[in-house]
Amino acid sequence: MEKVDCIIVGGGLAGLSAAYGLASEGLEVMVIERGDYSGAKNVTGGRLYLSPIRDIYPELWESAPFERPVVRELVTLMGDGADTTIELASQKFATPPHQSYTVLRARLDQWLADQVMEKGGMVITKNRVDELLLENGKVIGIRAGEDDIGADVTIIAEGVLGLLSSKAGLRSEPRPEDHAVGFKEIVELPPAVIQDRWHLNDGEGAAHLFMGSVTRGMLGGGFIYTNKDSISLGIVVGMEHLRRDGEKMDSWKLLDAFKEMPQIQPLIAGGTTVEYSAHAIYEGGIAKVPKLYGDGYLLVGDTAGLSLNALVTVRGMDFAIASGYYAARTVLDARQRGDFSAAGLAQYEQSLRSSFVLKDLETAREIPHTIENPRLFTHYPQAVSRLMQDVFTIGPQPAKKLSSVVIGGVRKDFLNLTTFKELLGMRKI
Amino acid sequence: MSMSIEAKLGLDVFKIDKERHITIDTEKCRTVCTIKACLWVCPANLYEVDDQGNHTVNYEGCLECGTCLISCDHRALEWHYPRGEYGVQYRMG
Ligand SMILES: Cc1cc2nc3c(=O)[nH]c(=O)nc-3n(C[C@H](O)[C@H](O)[C@H](O)COP(=O)(O)OP(=O)(O)OC[C@H]3O[C@@H](n4cnc5c(N)ncnc54)[C@H](O)[C@@H]3O)c2cc1C
Ligand code: SF4
Ligand code: SF4
Repeated sequence: MEKVDCIIVGGGLAGLSAAYGLASEGLEVMVIERGDYSGAKNVTGGRLYLSPIRDIYPELWESAPFERPVVRELVTLMGDGADTTIELASQKFATPPHQSYTVLRARLDQWLADQVMEKGGMVITKNRVDELLLENGKVIGIRAGEDDIGADVTIIAEGVLGLLSSKAGLRSEPRPEDHAVGFKEIVELPPAVIQDRWHLNDGEGAAHLFMGSVTRGMLGGGFIYTNKDSISLGIVVGMEHLRRDGEKMDSWKLLDAFKEMPQIQPLIAGGTTVEYSAHAIYEGGIAKVPKLYGDGYLLVGDTAGLSLNALVTVRGMDFAIASGYYAARTVLDARQRGDFSAAGLAQYEQSLRSSFVLKDLETAREIPHTIENPRLFTHYPQAVSRLMQDVFTIGPQPAKKLSSVVIGGVRKDFLNLTTFKELLGMRKI
Repeated sequence: MSMSIEAKLGLDVFKIDKERHITIDTEKCRTVCTIKACLWVCPANLYEVDDQGNHTVNYEGCLECGTCLISCDHRALEWHYPRGEYGVQYRMG
């Protein structure tokens, strides 16, 4: 059997990040990617939080094909007939170094694959890994078509479904309650129009999230991220909710209904849809993160359950890149010692624990079941918007004092036992 | 402004394999499944029931999201990624 130092299954961000770290140190690394190119199969919302990973591979980001730095954050709470938008325009976000950038994966992943190859790593595209090869419980390599290839260590970066790793018993099969599905369109718009619609200066970007009637009470929401000359427009909805309640509507129609909302229409008017995509998202949180390493292997990125949906912040790409980096460091150290057993690779989990990756996931431990609450997607967006509407209303009747409008609204929609209990629950997140 | 789902899929690049990557154990659909979630969860709307009452999937337009696989209670699907070089190829992603 042909053998290399390290095989990486999957050339997405996690796999390529690991490959970059290893190739930079001269290891013989082979990434196997099933798409025609890296990124061909990959979908994200879009935005990469760069600040947590800027110091990982600091030389790399200067040339990255980012779309726009996000300087404006918008959240729209959609009620029936009224909605409230919170818009944060922060000097801090507008001033370099920018904390986050919008991205398109076909561009970003291909660029990272090029960086890997420049360091001497191999990225073999158009090839699917069919199986992980195990010997006495140790991963010793992979099978792709007719070829068996061995490696000291295999880094499994196959993304959210984890088909090969669950088949080999290295993690469990994906469950609907731990996942959401996102589907999105890329809608082309001229840069000047994008800047006008989201109040941006030249080159600046916005992230605009939507909660409430978008998902008809199902866990999830809508999003728009502004790219250079297009927007990424999509819906995320919890799979278990969709599976149980979605009967009322075909999933794909949710996106059309979203596009037809009067709040969205003016934002996309004149735009041309050029691509439609869909992808699963892991939302199980840290409680369901599988064992991250074992004899001869490491799990990275989405395969390892390293992603986080905290409603207004969605993260996975930064975790993917960071876990790839720590996997590479671990392999380099294990190689020094010549020990690729589970014990030899244990440092991987320790380094994730002392980094932001598992720390942030730990902080967010309670989020998955807190956001399971359908009232977050129905009652609250509705109630906030109703209250705002009352505050701004001048009717034929004599006006009430502002304080009594607010207190009345708060009493009606917020001062009750359910809300109180939910607030207590929210404190945990 | 609203496009049909077929028109949306028509925007994507697909390299279609003769070999199908999803097969359905239709017996399970007929006999044990009550929810039949595959009929509405698929973002590409690829599942149908044919005239004979068999569940079918138009695998050619698959976006490879895995939603049908994860949502099927009865493990009626044999689902793997298309062979290397085949399936959807996103230009933006
Ligand atoms: C709709 C949506 C919105 C999101 N929004 C955000 C966001 O705004 N910010 C953020 O940070 N994260 C976001 N995420 C999460 C983020 O996209 C993921 O966490 C991230 O892509 C994970 O990267 P990865 O490298 O682990 O997996 P992937 O990017 O899925 O890469 C896996 C790679 O492995 C390849 N592969 C799989 N199996 C095989 C095989 N058998 N043989 C060969 N190759 C194989 C695939 O083709 C793919 O290239 C979002 C996700 C979705 C779906
Ligand atoms: S959900 Fe599964 S068992 Fe039920 S109809 Fe669909 S494929 Fe068949
Ligand atoms: S993987 Fe996704 S797009 Fe493909 S058939 Fe299943 S649900 Fe539909």
